Amino acid sequence: MRELTYVQALSEGLCQAMERDPSIFITGIAVDYPSGIFGSTTEAARRFGPARVFDAPAMENALTGIAIGAAVMGKRPVITHPRNDFMLLGFDNLINLAAKWRYMFNGRAGNVPIVVRAVIGKGWGQGATHSQSLQAPLAHFPGLTVVMPAFPQDAKGLIIAALQHDSPVVILEHRSLYTVSGEVSEAFEATPLGKANTVRIGSDITIVATSLMAYEAYHAADELARHGVDAEIIDLRTIRPLDEDTVLGSIKKTRHLVVADTSWELCGVSSEIAALAAEKGWHHLKAPVCRIALANAPAPVSKKLEDVFYPKASTIARAALATLGADPNRVGELHREDTFKGPY
Amino acid sequence: MNVTIDNVQTKADVGADVLVLLHKELLKVRLAEETLAERYREQEMRTPAHFGAGQEAVAVGVCQALLRDDVVFTHHRSHNHYLAKGGSVYELAAELYGRADGCSGGRGGSVHLTAPKVGFIASSAILGETVAVATGAALAFQMDNADRIAVVFFGEGAMDEGSFYESINYAAVKQLPVLFVCENNLYATESPLHVRQAPGTDLCERVRAFKVGARRIDGNDVLEVLQATQAVAKDIRAGGGPYFLECMTYRWREHVGPHFDHELQRTYRSREEVEAWMARCPVVRSGERLMRLGIATAQQLDIWQGEIQAETSADVEKARMAPWPEISTLFQYL
Repeated sequence: MRELTYVQALSEGLCQAMERDPSIFITGIAVDYPSGIFGSTTEAARRFGPARVFDAPAMENALTGIAIGAAVMGKRPVITHPRNDFMLLGFDNLINLAAKWRYMFNGRAGNVPIVVRAVIGKGWGQGATHSQSLQAPLAHFPGLTVVMPAFPQDAKGLIIAALQHDSPVVILEHRSLYTVSGEVSEAFEATPLGKANTVRIGSDITIVATSLMAYEAYHAADELARHGVDAEIIDLRTIRPLDEDTVLGSIKKTRHLVVADTSWELCGVSSEIAALAAEKGWHHLKAPVCRIALANAPAPVSKKLEDVFYPKASTIARAALATLGADPNRVGELHREDTFKGPY
Repeated sequence: MNVTIDNVQTKADVGADVLVLLHKELLKVRLAEETLAERYREQEMRTPAHFGAGQEAVAVGVCQALLRDDVVFTHHRSHNHYLAKGGSVYELAAELYGRADGCSGGRGGSVHLTAPKVGFIASSAILGETVAVATGAALAFQMDNADRIAVVFFGEGAMDEGSFYESINYAAVKQLPVLFVCENNLYATESPLHVRQAPGTDLCERVRAFKVGARRIDGNDVLEVLQATQAVAKDIRAGGGPYFLECMTYRWREHVGPHFDHELQRTYRSREEVEAWMARCPVVRSGERLMRLGIATAQQLDIWQGEIQAETSADVEKARMAPWPEISTLFQYL
């Protein structure tokens, strides 16, 4: 199968969906600039023109409400945030209105099929307000679907799924994954919402990971294999609704669990998976669950501090060894080559 | 309160049928609202309700100037607009009683009403939200070249929110077919204008700074509201872009709940001020116009009022006895 980068896959998914559904339009800051959200909307802007791909002022709050209004009148708006931190300004409309619309109007006031794309930054000094990862607060709210594609095939498949869904979907894309390549089907195929993907089958330990951490876990698993550990990796893909069965099925088999997330621990996705294991998988577990998350601080800019702020493949590999009762120091530092050269 | 009202000449050529219709609509809204407010005291409607008695002329005047395909959005004080656009009294009452027959199935409550078949799309509780949503509906109409306009009602308190300015700027930039209707009732909950606006503030001037046309009118004169809306709706439909109407009006009862402020010894506004505004009652003024023009006698007005009151009371009582939602529906429409 041919390979595409994550950003090419996003772009292809968007364009294929727009060809088939004239109600889809894309708006947000910079969507029609030559750089087009790091290249993900450039092709859509070229092919579908300013009637369907158009710039917007920095007005994240009202723009979210405008998307809701257009959606209720039959459109499928895609709004984009080049950094997901800006989406916080749209939380009122997203959470108080979009997430609840169908429910609180008893299905009578129409649907709100909006897609909110938001990019998580990392590295090159993105700092405290350009690198947060908002899956946990978003997934807290009934009525929202929250997805985090890690691999190019799912970048395409999940954007297609989002554009076929009748309720609001937030896609958290990771800037560090934009240049990653992988096999991507040419077909117009949705990745099912609410379904995790077992990206590596193993028997010794389960690593449940989100977004970039699924990619890091993949590298960790290669290293673990060299130490005789056969890791199973579950790429969660959808945070809400959560695919409990895939996670529980895996820990029943491996009886060990490490969770790696792109955000913080407290009230986070890693805590949610640990709670799931404690409530419904307790009898399978032979060791405590280990959570891997950001250092419990805002993101620092200085490279020296940034390097210790983010967990990486070796953090996961060492945690897996420790969970299995082996010496974690058997694994040295593993640095995935980061092709992101800034500034943004 | 010193406020200048733009001098809008009400035309003499309005037909008697229109004036009668306006009056009956005012009665429908007023009597429903007052019946609901009084029965609210029985503690059986368990939903925070913001009654709109005193402000009916804005809802009726605007909605009667719209076409059936036009859409209306509004805020927490939503009953007037829902009824004026054609929403059912029974379904409103059932919604307040939390019953399955409620316009939102008893799930939304007083602040989350809908009646899409008559173009009343939604109300919401958070200030400024639906200003943006209506702007988005107008964006969809413009993209489709549809001959429809979106209307949003909001209080002047919503103009303390950022969402309002983001929305009106966007509507101006894109020249969207949206009518912004401000119901300036002088208080945001119990907060008066002077703690929220600098001395000399003129909301129409603010809006004109965004290159949006604006006019201040007497929101307690249903005919003035109707004719002002007809004029601007025609311009909006012709591609003239958004418009802003500031309708000066006043709510009679407390911010949320069925009481009059004096019943609870509230002092944020004086009883004299309330009574001065009640003397400018939009329903009474409409009735006086009908009598002055020889269209209806006092006796006829009483007959209409009695008929509408009887229907309203029956609808509200029927709603009180309507079935509850099934427990099994708790997770529906997620």
